[in-house]
Amino acid sequence: MRVSLAWLNEWVETGWDAATLCRRLTMGGIEVESIEPAAAAFTGVMVGEVLSVERHPDADKLTVCQVAGGGAQALQIVCGAPNVRAGMKAPLALEGATLPGGLVIRRANLRGVESAGMLCSGRELGLSEDQDGLLELPAQLATGAPFREALKLDDSILTLNVTPNRGDVLSMIGVAREVAAIADRKLTPPHIEPVTAVHHAKFAVRLEAPAGCPRFAGRIIKSLDPKARTPLWMSERLRRAGLRPISPIVDVTNYVMLEFGQPMHAYDLRRLSSHIEVRKARPGERLTLLDGREIAIDTDTLVIADAVGPVGLAGIMGGEKSGIAADTADVFLEVAFFAPDAIAGRARRYGMLTDASQRFERGVDPRQQERALERATRLLMDIAGGQPGPAVLTQVETQQPKRPSVTLRPERVASLLGVQVPRSDLEDILRRLGMQVAGAGDMLGVIPPSHRFDIAIEQDLIEEIGRIHGYDEIPRKDAKVLQRPQPATEQRVSRERLMLLLADRGYQEAITYSFVDARTQRLLFPGRETLALANPISAELGEMRVSLWPGLIEVLRGNLRRQQERVRLFEVGTRFEMKGGKLAESQVIAGLITGPALPEQWGADKRGADFYDLKSDVEALFGLTGRGGAISYIAAPHECLHPGRSAAVMAGDTPLGWLGQLHPETSRKLEIRDPPWLFELAIDPSFRSEVPVFSDISRFPAIRRDLAVVIDEATTLDELKKAVNLAAKGLLRELHVFDVYRGAGVEAGRKSVALGLILQETSRTLTDVEADTVIAAVVALVKGDLKAAIRG
Amino acid sequence: MKDLDSLIKRTLEQIASSSDLAALDAVRVGVLGKKGSITEQLKLLGQLPAGERRAAGAAINEAKDRISAALDLRRAGLEDEAVGRDLAAGNIDVTLPGRGERTGGLHPVTRTRFRIEAIFRQAGFSVAEGPEVEDDFYNFEALNIPADHPARAMHDTFYFGDGRLLRTHTSPVQIRAMQKDGVPIRVIAPGPVYRRDSDVTHSPMFHQVEGLVIDEDISLANLKGMLAGFAEQFFEKPRGMRFRPSYFPFTEPSAEVDIQCVFCDGAGCRLCKQTGWLEILGCGMVHPNVLRACGVDPERWQGYAFGMGIERLAMLRYSVNDLRLFFENDLRFLAQFNRG
Repeated sequence: MRVSLAWLNEWVETGWDAATLCRRLTMGGIEVESIEPAAAAFTGVMVGEVLSVERHPDADKLTVCQVAGGGAQALQIVCGAPNVRAGMKAPLALEGATLPGGLVIRRANLRGVESAGMLCSGRELGLSEDQDGLLELPAQLATGAPFREALKLDDSILTLNVTPNRGDVLSMIGVAREVAAIADRKLTPPHIEPVTAVHHAKFAVRLEAPAGCPRFAGRIIKSLDPKARTPLWMSERLRRAGLRPISPIVDVTNYVMLEFGQPMHAYDLRRLSSHIEVRKARPGERLTLLDGREIAIDTDTLVIADAVGPVGLAGIMGGEKSGIAADTADVFLEVAFFAPDAIAGRARRYGMLTDASQRFERGVDPRQQERALERATRLLMDIAGGQPGPAVLTQVETQQPKRPSVTLRPERVASLLGVQVPRSDLEDILRRLGMQVAGAGDMLGVIPPSHRFDIAIEQDLIEEIGRIHGYDEIPRKDAKVLQRPQPATEQRVSRERLMLLLADRGYQEAITYSFVDARTQRLLFPGRETLALANPISAELGEMRVSLWPGLIEVLRGNLRRQQERVRLFEVGTRFEMKGGKLAESQVIAGLITGPALPEQWGADKRGADFYDLKSDVEALFGLTGRGGAISYIAAPHECLHPGRSAAVMAGDTPLGWLGQLHPETSRKLEIRDPPWLFELAIDPSFRSEVPVFSDISRFPAIRRDLAVVIDEATTLDELKKAVNLAAKGLLRELHVFDVYRGAGVEAGRKSVALGLILQETSRTLTDVEADTVIAAVVALVKGDLKAAIRG
Repeated sequence: MKDLDSLIKRTLEQIASSSDLAALDAVRVGVLGKKGSITEQLKLLGQLPAGERRAAGAAINEAKDRISAALDLRRAGLEDEAVGRDLAAGNIDVTLPGRGERTGGLHPVTRTRFRIEAIFRQAGFSVAEGPEVEDDFYNFEALNIPADHPARAMHDTFYFGDGRLLRTHTSPVQIRAMQKDGVPIRVIAPGPVYRRDSDVTHSPMFHQVEGLVIDEDISLANLKGMLAGFAEQFFEKPRGMRFRPSYFPFTEPSAEVDIQCVFCDGAGCRLCKQTGWLEILGCGMVHPNVLRACGVDPERWQGYAFGMGIERLAMLRYSVNDLRLFFENDLRFLAQFNRG
């Protein structure tokens, strides 16, 4: 909310400078977001009075004016404004004046006529958007007075960030009340005298939904002057509050809303039929609003209706049909109280946020409708004449908002705030906030004022005491709390450890959005059931990821565009899988590599990263669990991986994840030249760990025997290992593969696998003869079972 | 003994001119070997008259000693030279870079999150996590934000067709933790959260750490103490801090916490909008309705909750000037956080 400091000072006098006021308000809970000058910087502008207007001899659209206000002599000013006329007052920029934007006014010759300055529009002074002529000033301003002073432009605008619980602060009176309470000063609101009715015309009001609208003040005002214009002081205040002046009737209702936080509405009396009823909308009712939109109204929405149908959405916006027109002379003013829960959320549902709805849904003082009506009537009569009828208050007594007494225990104040507020200060603070305090001892009854909708429980009162007493007065204290040892499990590898391992192996962690482009996801995972957002920001962030791969691939693409050749990425995050309509969220760790296996360097051959580079990283992760040997990698097809280069990772029958190369076709469609290598593992169950258990280290020497076994391409190392293990009968300590060879000396379709077997007995020294026997058994078995040949 | 003197002289010259160990050894063999000239002379001693033998013997032995000493000295010298030559041949360029993989690193958000977690863990907090797809109860109702509450506008929410939603804060994790473990409790809940907002200063996904402490005698003063201590550790510098009254539906009283601007030290600059202060988190005393929703008696138990944005803290800590950098994952950005 925007508040003019000068205006605020009329309501409460603190003697504080602007900076102090802002600091105290902010520390009192009304955050001042910014403080800006009320008008752009300009100098050398006076209140000018146009004495005479003559046509320019050589230009149709220009006039030559004699203007008083620039010293003892009248000045000759050439003017192009259509509304210039003798007798009017307007801002006069003298020679040497600087206007907003830095324009300096100089004596000029306009088509042969000297001009000693410039008459200004509101736009030229940064005061309005009006382009249709000079800013007409009230006649009572003294000719020749400095313009900034005459309009009190040396004012500051505070922008307040009012929290949603404090609807009562969305007004001058509300801000002034806060300042008065913080500064312990008196409030000086404008004096309001009831207006005397000059006729008896009334408009019937029926409250048919009294819970939503228990109070409705209304009045007919006739014969307003449709040609009247909003006075400058009022349009200036509206402007400073961020509202655009429109017409006297609309401006007055807005002005009173700014003063008291009481939204009101003016109807063109000609457009109302018979009576007004405030009720819930009926099924199928529609309404065209003031902003021209037509909406279908839900039946839980309160409407203002006449005999024909809805004429406005109660507390939100009026209807177009009954709105104020250029020729409206007779009006019906509505000043009602709508209960917050009858308004809350409705405007948002219709895609609106209006000044009225914002206030009603937070709570408008239910005791001020008559006062606001009188104030508006008076202002309207001052501006546009008119004949007021009687003010009529319609209300349903049983439905009036109640302010029940709230119990306050001073002991709880100390306990919750952690500071002792002296009893007298405590009661004083409550009284400054307009609360009635009853009772004594350790139990007080506190009745909040009618404008406070946010005080319902003891804690609300404690906050009030805390903020007015000052949060700064609350000390910093260490709590006395139970100390308990925290778990330090070894049953699981921590996520941090997994992440650091990959980081140390050259991976960069990425963090991507959990929602991804549905098209990319469908390309990668065709036919998968997915969870789509009902209201995504954009189609590119339309559905929840079923894997971290879409995000990582997108990051890869970005980095390739930025000329990165070698990319190693990982991410830890949640994937959202749908199975038969049921969502399963799981934490996964995923990685992607592409480009050279190693950073460019002098001491290693350059080669592209491949499956085994990635697998080594995956194996390193499983190495942290102590059960890397129990993990199997099974050649299996995956929807978005190269069919011959993908593996399912399993622990026994439990699937843990996948690794492999992005399908070349998918890669092509994603415009990635070299298909990257990918892995993804479910953190649970993959990284359950086992507590290490020490086993004896053999004191006896081991014997190493190397063996080159030629087997079919299709035979996997796992099959070979299984055979070797079987034949070695428990003497095999370690088995290394130190070469895989294809080419000269090995038939096509076969490969030679060089194995290093480390043989050892735990209880005695193994003999060469025993080792030979083992090797013979291995050879015999692989020859038989795997159709292997032994090389060399 | 003229022969002997010239032998010594000649031999010493030969030793001096031996340029390697082999040449030196040849000299030694020629003089002191089995058939060496000195050895030969010693053999001939017996043929001398008895009266001369002693003096001759002493002279030969002295010559032998002198030659031996010279040989030793020269050998040592030659050996040193050889070592020096070997070393010189083995010189390497120590400025060439090392072989193998470079280290990568954690994302700055993760790095920041781990630091925040570490600070609170040391203060006795445990760490809890929970689902990201939530329902209305955990995300709103249990947190005292009923339907149509104006505060819902502060949480522009992503919905799924069936009423489920993406959590707008990690507060639901606290509700679940309280339901599961009861009170007293000291827990933080870090993780991604989602709000339907995307511009220069808003990301539709960002990260929060929320904290909750419920015990029998926890006050706003304790909250101030904890958060002041946190900020001091996080920024590794005592910083001015202020608590401003504010509003959250799930806390009462509520506060927002500002720290003295890290860019201008409070003097006022563009980044703190000339106020000298930067907002870093929201907090307050847990609303009794929230405790009740978790089956906790608010007459007996009370405590505080706080929530901070990890990206915001990372931006302040590492002088990152654009939130969007965190989600672009440009390797040139990420690699700047690989140290430490």
